Amino acid sequence: MNNAMDTVLFYVLALIVIIAACGIVYCKNLVHSALFMTLCFISIAGLYVLLNADFLAAVQLMVYAGTVVILIALGIMMTRRISMDRSNMAERKYTGWVKCISVVLFICLSYIFINFPVPLAKVNTVQDTVAALAQLLLGHYVLAFEIAAVLLLAAMIGAVVLAKGADDK
Amino acid sequence: MNIGLTQFLVLSAALFCIGLYGILVKRNLFSILMCIELMLNGVNISLAAFNYFLPMPDLSGQVMMIFSITVAAAEVAIGLALIFRIYHDFNTVNIDKINNMKG
Repeated sequence: MNNAMDTVLFYVLALIVIIAACGIVYCKNLVHSALFMTLCFISIAGLYVLLNADFLAAVQLMVYAGTVVILIALGIMMTRRISMDRSNMAERKYTGWVKCISVVLFICLSYIFINFPVPLAKVNTVQDTVAALAQLLLGHYVLAFEIAAVLLLAAMIGAVVLAKGADDK
Repeated sequence: MNIGLTQFLVLSAALFCIGLYGILVKRNLFSILMCIELMLNGVNISLAAFNYFLPMPDLSGQVMMIFSITVAAAEVAIGLALIFRIYHDFNTVNIDKINNMKG
C-alpha cells in the first residue's frame, strides 16, 4: 500500500464505488439499480484485494455480486407486473430533510476520521490468508462458527415457511 | 500521498451515508433491501481496513467480515421471503400502501 500504483487503484475503485452507490439510490428504474449494485460490489471486491484480503474478495464476488444481486433482481421481476419505468421513485416530501441528515452524518464522521487518526504501528502482513482464516475459524472462533451454521439453518427454514405460507394448507 | 486508514474509513462512511439516505427516502421494499446491503458493505470495508492497518497478530477482522457476510445472506433470504409474503397478501411492495394491521 505504498507505491503510486496502489494509490491510483484505490482512488479509481473508490470513485467507481461511490458513483455506483449513487446510481443505486438515484436510478428511476429498479433493474438499473440492481445492476449498479453488481458494479458496486465488484469494485468493493477490488478494494479487498488491495487490503490483502483475497479470500474475502472471492467471497464478496460469490455471495454479494453473484447471489444477492441475482436474488433481488429475480424478486423484482416476480413482483412487478407493469412496466419498470419510474419503479424506484424517492419520496418527495422527505428528500430535503433526509439529504440534510445524511450529509451532516457524513461530515461528522469524516471530521472524526480525519482529525483523530488512529495511531498506526507496523502493517499486518499475513501472506496465506486462507490457511490463517481456517485456523481462526475452526480454532478460536469455533463456537461462533457453529452458531452461524445454526443461524443459516434457521434462516433457510424460516424463508421456506414464510414464502410458502404456514397457514394455507 | 500514501493511502492510509483514514481514506478507507471516509469511503466506508460515504457508503454508509448513501445507504442511510436510500433507506429513509425510498418507498419500494426492494430498494430498501439493496440500501441495507450497501450499508453492510460500508461496515465490511472498515473492518477489512482495520484488519490491514492496525497491528494485529492474526486475521480476526476478516473473521468478523465472514460472520457479517453470513448474517447478511440470512437477512436477504428472510427479507425476500417476507417481501413475497407481503406481495401475496397486499398485492404491492410499496410501503406507503402497507398500513393495515389486520393483514
